[in-house]
Amino acid sequence: MIEQQNMTIVSHRSIAEDIFELVLEGSLTNRMTSPGQFVHVKVTSGSDPLLRRPISICSINQSLNQFTMLYRVSGSGTGTKVLSNLPKGSKVNVLGPLGNGFPLDELEAGQSALLIGGGIGVPPLYELSKRLTERGVNVTHILGFQQKSAVFYQEEFEELGDTYVATVDGSHGIKGFVTDVVDQLSLKSDAYYTCGPTPMLRAVEQKFEHTTGFISMEERMGCGIGACLACVCHVNGDESGLLYKKVCSDGPVFKRGEVIL
Amino acid sequence: MNRLAMELPGLSLKNPIMPASGCFGFGKEYSEFYNLNELGSIMIKATTRETRFGNPTPRVAETSSGMLNAIGLQNPGLDHVMEHELPWLEKYDVPIIANVAGSTVDDYVEVSKRISTAPNVQALELNISCPNVKHGGIAFGTDPHTARELTQKVKEVSSVPVYVKLSPNVSSIVDMALAVEAGGADGLTMINTLVGMRLDRKTGMPIIANKTGGLSGPAIKPVALRMVYEVSQKTSLPIIAMGGVQDAYDALDFISAGASAVAVGTANFVDPHVCPTIIKDLDQILQEWNVNHILDLRGRSWMTHGEAAHHRA
Repeated sequence: MIEQQNMTIVSHRSIAEDIFELVLEGSLTNRMTSPGQFVHVKVTSGSDPLLRRPISICSINQSLNQFTMLYRVSGSGTGTKVLSNLPKGSKVNVLGPLGNGFPLDELEAGQSALLIGGGIGVPPLYELSKRLTERGVNVTHILGFQQKSAVFYQEEFEELGDTYVATVDGSHGIKGFVTDVVDQLSLKSDAYYTCGPTPMLRAVEQKFEHTTGFISMEERMGCGIGACLACVCHVNGDESGLLYKKVCSDGPVFKRGEVIL
Repeated sequence: MNRLAMELPGLSLKNPIMPASGCFGFGKEYSEFYNLNELGSIMIKATTRETRFGNPTPRVAETSSGMLNAIGLQNPGLDHVMEHELPWLEKYDVPIIANVAGSTVDDYVEVSKRISTAPNVQALELNISCPNVKHGGIAFGTDPHTARELTQKVKEVSSVPVYVKLSPNVSSIVDMALAVEAGGADGLTMINTLVGMRLDRKTGMPIIANKTGGLSGPAIKPVALRMVYEVSQKTSLPIIAMGGVQDAYDALDFISAGASAVAVGTANFVDPHVCPTIIKDLDQILQEWNVNHILDLRGRSWMTHGEAAHHRA
């Protein structure tokens, strides 16, 4: 059930270069069921910016009626910039939870999971990691960022399992991309879960050809509920080219190989 | 007292508010938010003869107080709409306006002929104004002669009244309106989106894969209002207006400009409940204003008081 609610900002802080952590409170939190879902946020009540911003859910605390989202400010004059200026106590209009998240029942206690995130694709993996570790799954994280100043939540992930950080320029952790980490450490798992820029998703999918995997996609969205057809993608194996999946309502998480990246 | 109900060609409307084509799919997604029976009508997603995937992504980009889209008429095709989408909508007591698109005259004729026989389709909206496809669409909507001929051909085969959706991307929208009126149109819907563009600040390249897209949202409301104002004075056809409507006051502006009913597009993406909210607010406002019927306000931007009273009678 999707709900629209004015939620209250209980905490809002910068945690890395252009990255903010926002904690919102409201009963809508109770509707959040699976990690990897997202919310559609209206940052002001006016018409500029007009559209909502799709932002993934980073962690859910149902006992406090609160959830956390991490977002990147994408430039001056943008909706996320406006959002970043909202102080504690302000209201934010949230539509959600939207989309289908990562399945948890794929793995049992004692099995291993590889969680691979890139940049602003890292946040949804945090709630996923918490849920998987609760189930007794052994979790390993590979987190990729551009450079040291963009790194966030390393300690939080380290508390849940082995965590490897890669930066493109080598200023922190291992130099290179997340797939370089996989190669260097010969990491293997019973399943992988990944979210990040499309080229990264593609590389991860190719790397683990024979492993069960779940991929969370990103696309520019309009409505967020499956009506406007802004965020469609092609389906693998469809020769007609006419089949499609909507990233917002069929995804954003797809099984490996389900859609064309 | 029912201040909002009205009769337009083919349409018995409980109220003059309806979601605009392309912004509401075939209703399923929004039926999760409210009972679609609350709506005056539903303008369903453009239907073409064959299934269309549409344009590559990205298909949308935000602009100041507006958005650009280039979906490219993605739809499941006439057969699927006839067999699945329209029957699903039959459970609602809401007249459907079927938006018809195509690449050739034959396409329009074929789709119009068949879709107008669906029991809940009470009117067609001839889409000669989609700016996001290579063939057809807007090509039919920018030349008065072509638009008139197409309207005539569709009128010959349609079992229900035909409204023609006008493009703002023309030098004289009045000429287009008069042309389709001469072609036998029963009504007008206006306006479709304005062709626009947004560039990526870093690369300088267009953000939308189609390069250009159709601009909608509050940014285009002044243009739409002006066009309704101009056209409504030159034609006797009823107008269903759209272009940046976000609330009941916006809807009333269009009635004042000369429209009879109002469609809501982009605002559905921002607030899924916007249509029922507008309907509720409209009734409240008219009550506060002591207006007996919403059409008493129609065209008041250009009519004298006496004319307005006469016009409604």
